[in-house]
Amino acid sequence: MPDKDNQNPSDEAQFTPEMNPPDRDIPAPEGEVVARKGLLRRFLDAPADNTVKTVVVALGLCLVASMVVSSAAVSLRPLQERNAALDKQVNILQVAGVYEDGIDVAEAFDAFEPHVLELASGEFTDQFEADSFDDRAAADDLTLSAPLEDDPASIGRQANYVTVYLLRNEDGTLDKVILPVYGYGLWSTLYGFMAIEEDGNTIYGLQFYEHAETPGLGAEVDNPRWKALWRDKKLRTDDGEGELAITVAKTPPAAGRDYYVDALSGATLTSRGVDNLVRFWMSERGFEPFLERVRAGEI
Amino acid sequence: MAQTYRSMLVDPMVDNNPITLQVLGICSALAVTSSMQVALVMTIAVTTVTAFSSMFISVLRSQIPSSIRIIVQMIIIASLVIVVDQVLKAYAYEISKTLSVFVGLIITNCIVMGRAEAFAMKNPPFASFVDGVGNGLGYGLILMLVGTIRELFGSGSLFGITIFETVNNGGWYVPNGLLLLPPSAFFVIGLLIWAFRTWKPEQVEEREYRIQTVEAH
Repeated sequence: MPDKDNQNPSDEAQFTPEMNPPDRDIPAPEGEVVARKGLLRRFLDAPADNTVKTVVVALGLCLVASMVVSSAAVSLRPLQERNAALDKQVNILQVAGVYEDGIDVAEAFDAFEPHVLELASGEFTDQFEADSFDDRAAADDLTLSAPLEDDPASIGRQANYVTVYLLRNEDGTLDKVILPVYGYGLWSTLYGFMAIEEDGNTIYGLQFYEHAETPGLGAEVDNPRWKALWRDKKLRTDDGEGELAITVAKTPPAAGRDYYVDALSGATLTSRGVDNLVRFWMSERGFEPFLERVRAGEI
Repeated sequence: MAQTYRSMLVDPMVDNNPITLQVLGICSALAVTSSMQVALVMTIAVTTVTAFSSMFISVLRSQIPSSIRIIVQMIIIASLVIVVDQVLKAYAYEISKTLSVFVGLIITNCIVMGRAEAFAMKNPPFASFVDGVGNGLGYGLILMLVGTIRELFGSGSLFGITIFETVNNGGWYVPNGLLLLPPSAFFVIGLLIWAFRTWKPEQVEEREYRIQTVEAH
């Protein structure tokens, strides 16, 4: 095929946009005798607008394309999963404020104690191996999750168990807890971590490690300046005993500026999504039973 | 008039630039030019996709039924884009996160379709490949120019390396926040088109209308 194309370069250049290229007659190569024409040759020589040919070309191309795409996806998946796992660890380090450029992520991550938490009771469970427990799979697993009737974070099903990470001081007292949060923004589900101080009420940081919000608008949830707004905000009034007051909004709530994170300009729906997901996960249906124990100093 | 390979490669830089002359691919040029690094990766991705999709379409061109040719082109382009996206996720995870949806949107980048339809459908595979590389690089050239301006004046750095110390970090430079927002690329690209057409007046399009003076009687 390509040989034939190269034989007549001057011919090629004469085609003008008005002509329909596939319609042209393909000159049979010299020496080709009719008797030798195989099925493939006859097929290739058939006019491109032939109905059978149209169907065969379309099916064949789809088959080849799907094989290329799926083999690329399958062969690169292990690498992608390793990247994603490493990225998640880096994000846990970052949200806890211990990340620096060039540190050994795996080593630094060893300082964190992973625990599988039963959300409803706020107790850790030994039922699962904390290192290998997959939060996302659990949320899809019918035996480990429950559908949500009232679903402000638009997550569909909520897992009964999630992995949380504890960071302790050198004397063994609690320093921070890292809680996974997620929920729907404008285009995508935002997955992130929230770091809470040892008082169980003060936010240390919020960081998303996966989302597909609009770059420049909703994706500004990754902007360090916006993330810095979360530092030292309080979840609940009266040192954690009052009601959930933290909010992402355009104006400060009645409870005051300690509970207020300014919404992203130009990204109303993403901001609303973040507000919903934070308030959902910090509520009684989320981490409140656990945070209550943190406040009581039980952890 | 047979084009030489050299002219296929060089023409799209200035004389037939996909962005400034053909005004194609503007949408992604707005979105990915706020930093040089992202612009560079986008350039490589678009060049790869344009070159290979043109080549494959050219190989198949005499077999593509004209009634479904756009769909056939789209399948080839879309498959290549997915492969590029997967490769980026495996080998350049951070950057693929920054590019996010825009890698997928290469599928709808008018340059890729434009070259497939205008060139690859009636030229041999190697020429189409070279043409794809040329147009990808021509697109990339503008991306890099716009990226330089936006990153340098928008965040005071180039490729993430600080050039102007910004006020936020205790320096003297007050960054121009507008340049970090997508609309600023409109201004920069507009100014670039103006500059190109002043340099090469033959690029100026003829008016579609003529103002005529009518004598009153």
